[in-house]
Amino acid sequence: MKGRVLVVDDDAALAEMLGIVLRGEGFEPTFVADGDRAMEVFRDSKPDLVLLDLMLPGMDGIDVCRQIRAESGVPIVMLTAKSDTVDVVLGLESGADDYIVKPFQSKVLIARVRARLRRTDDPAPETLAIGDVTIDVAGHSVQRAGEPLNLTPLEFDLLVALARKPRQVFTREVLLEQVWGYRHAADTRLVNVHVQRLRAKIEKDPERPEIVVTVRGVGYKAGPG
Amino acid sequence: MNEAAATVGARYRGWLARPRPAVLTALRRSLRQVRDRYRHSLQVRVVSATLVLSAVVLSVLGYILMQHLVARTYTTMVQTSQAIAEAGLGTAQFRATTEGGLVDLSQTPANSISTASSKDMRLLAQDLRSTGGTPYAVLVAPLPQYQAADFSGGDGVDFAGIPKLPAAMTKEMTAEWLDRVDVALFPRQEWASMAVGASLRPVPGLLIGAPFGGGYALYYFFPLAAAQRTIASIQQSLLVAGIAVVFLLAAIAWLVTRWVVVPVRLAVHGAKRLSAGELNQRMEVRGSDELAALANSFNEMAASLQDKLQELEELSQVQRQFVSDVSHELRTPLTTIKIASDVLYASRNELDQAAARSAELMQSQLERFESLLTDLLEISRYDANAATLDAEPVDVCTIVLQSADIAQHMAERRGTKIEFRLPAMPCVAEVDRRRVERILRNLLLNAVEHGEDKDTVVTVATDSAAVAVSVRDFGVGLKPGEEQLVFDRFWRADPARARTSGGTGLGLAIALEDARLHGGWLEAWGEPRQGSVFRLTLPRTVGGELHGSPLPLNPLPLSTGEDGIDAGVLMGAVVADRADDGASGPALPDPAVGAAAAGHEGESSGAASPGAVPSGAGPAASEVAARG
Repeated sequence: MKGRVLVVDDDAALAEMLGIVLRGEGFEPTFVADGDRAMEVFRDSKPDLVLLDLMLPGMDGIDVCRQIRAESGVPIVMLTAKSDTVDVVLGLESGADDYIVKPFQSKVLIARVRARLRRTDDPAPETLAIGDVTIDVAGHSVQRAGEPLNLTPLEFDLLVALARKPRQVFTREVLLEQVWGYRHAADTRLVNVHVQRLRAKIEKDPERPEIVVTVRGVGYKAGPG
Repeated sequence: MNEAAATVGARYRGWLARPRPAVLTALRRSLRQVRDRYRHSLQVRVVSATLVLSAVVLSVLGYILMQHLVARTYTTMVQTSQAIAEAGLGTAQFRATTEGGLVDLSQTPANSISTASSKDMRLLAQDLRSTGGTPYAVLVAPLPQYQAADFSGGDGVDFAGIPKLPAAMTKEMTAEWLDRVDVALFPRQEWASMAVGASLRPVPGLLIGAPFGGGYALYYFFPLAAAQRTIASIQQSLLVAGIAVVFLLAAIAWLVTRWVVVPVRLAVHGAKRLSAGELNQRMEVRGSDELAALANSFNEMAASLQDKLQELEELSQVQRQFVSDVSHELRTPLTTIKIASDVLYASRNELDQAAARSAELMQSQLERFESLLTDLLEISRYDANAATLDAEPVDVCTIVLQSADIAQHMAERRGTKIEFRLPAMPCVAEVDRRRVERILRNLLLNAVEHGEDKDTVVTVATDSAAVAVSVRDFGVGLKPGEEQLVFDRFWRADPARARTSGGTGLGLAIALEDARLHGGWLEAWGEPRQGSVFRLTLPRTVGGELHGSPLPLNPLPLSTGEDGIDAGVLMGAVVADRADDGASGPALPDPAVGAAAAGHEGESSGAASPGAVPSGAGPAASEVAARG
């Protein structure tokens, strides 16, 4: 498993601590302590995963997240002291794939990092279609009428999970397990926000979704309602 | 006085309560409306009082005035009449004594009396006739002893002074006069009502008679009609004027009370709006009297309220900000410490015994510290009114099963189990999933921990308005009064009791606030050695009001339950002695994939024994057990 991790955090002690833990698990950490230099270091170090603290001097963590996301689909995990829905959703909407609330256990962090880095390559080429969106699973690309849509790996995985079994309803817990790899009950807000993000990218009208449809009280499904 | 009135009122009401036709019902209703208007309006009361009082006063005054007037009128009339009679009598006397005037009857032989004097009498009567001014009739007649046997007034009578008197009356009237007044004795005057014949109305008047000359009598009759008419018309005028005055007074009273009532009404209106939250309400200040003072005080009060509320808002905002800042500031170093502790703990086998043990203690106490910090921050959020509800429709049964995972492990370790009694259909409600999970996790952990090796029973039920979850244990239970105390912060039932699950002491307090945030209830029941029940009731829609719960709080069938709704579900017997440690639940580090409990802030996590505990099988198995 590839192992370059970029740690963006202004607290030196925590950063160092994270470094110790990451190295202990076999990862290669790089560090940057302020938002302004984050993009530069990101481009230089080309990490496989970014751990991003939201409260940064200089450019705010949210903006850094957006910038990174604009350039790359690398998994981003937010580290934050705030767990209010507003803050969490903001972070997730700006491009993060997951978030961990401080204080956290190192075991939890490592588990999540590994989950994000674990991508299985599908051997068999597979093409799925939902509505007028076509999905090339092996090629990790999504198109609508020939126009490619830019999805992060997580969004892609979410879409594929739903599209593989169209019209089957997936609960949020099931999606967390299949897409995020969290077998234990995690925060289902992750799913909510990612569905929103996905809809914003692939739906003609995100307010009236046709591809990723909500089933009230249960979860989501793919396909025209 | 009031009692008498009340009795009367009661009897009246009793009488009214009997079934009556519709007309009376309508009457009652309108009477009640009138009474209500009277009670509720100052103006109506003032105006009615003015009406009544002025009517009474004016009536009394009017009566007195009328009496006075009547007396005066009659006195005047009598005086006038007497004056005329005097004058007439003088004239008659003079005529009688002059030559060629009236024949002296005392000197005339008896059989020629009537013819001798009739012409003279007629002439005299004509001379004495009323000439306008005061109407009267005059009669000159011989004294009775000189009257012929068939004498009926003769010619000496003149009614020309009383117009409108029917001719037929005249003869009869004179006959009556002569009957009534025997002037031979002395001059007489009396009120007489000349009612002659059945078909004629009586004519009241003043009759004055006096003898004069040689055997004659002179009669004057002054009819009262005119005077009566005058009095009647005055009476009418007074009455009309009086009524007009009464109503005018009432109108004036109404206008004047308006002066006072309108500002009061404005004040009422303003106060209502103020209490509804519009703090900008102010009253207009005019002049410098009491009403202006009222308006001024009102404005001062409103301004003061507005300022205070603003202050409180700002204070609350500051506190919220502080909580948020503290939260952030504390967490970063705490994270570092925790991770460092994790690292040390992971390599404790390479340390010497003292250091290894220190690493273990540090690890466990850090977990406790962290959960306490989280709980404190959560509670302070509630105190600052900064908690928000993220409600979405979820199946409560699912949450129940999900929150049982850690409790299941603990139960397994103790050799007990958790029994789920869930209805067959989904119990969907709009709730904040995170908070409900937290509550249930807490309740389940408490139940298992205090279950004293007996099983725990979890029941879910729903009705149209609410969904309820009750957790029953059969432990030591609660003493009377402890059902309230148990939700207090840091309360412990038995201070000597050792902590096995490391709760923070705030678990139930937070659970209660979580329930309240939904508009729901969290209640406890317990009896010593019978165990206890914790029942969570939540409205199915956000903002719905709870009026009852689908599950009973008191599980014992024969005791008087707190609510009569019987879900028909038998509560098992779970034992617990309820200490505070309603902790939120230990966080079990899950080596496989992130355990949500530890990572997420806002869920009060306590410290379990830090050994790794197998996960995974729990929820699935219990799900099978429940639905199967």
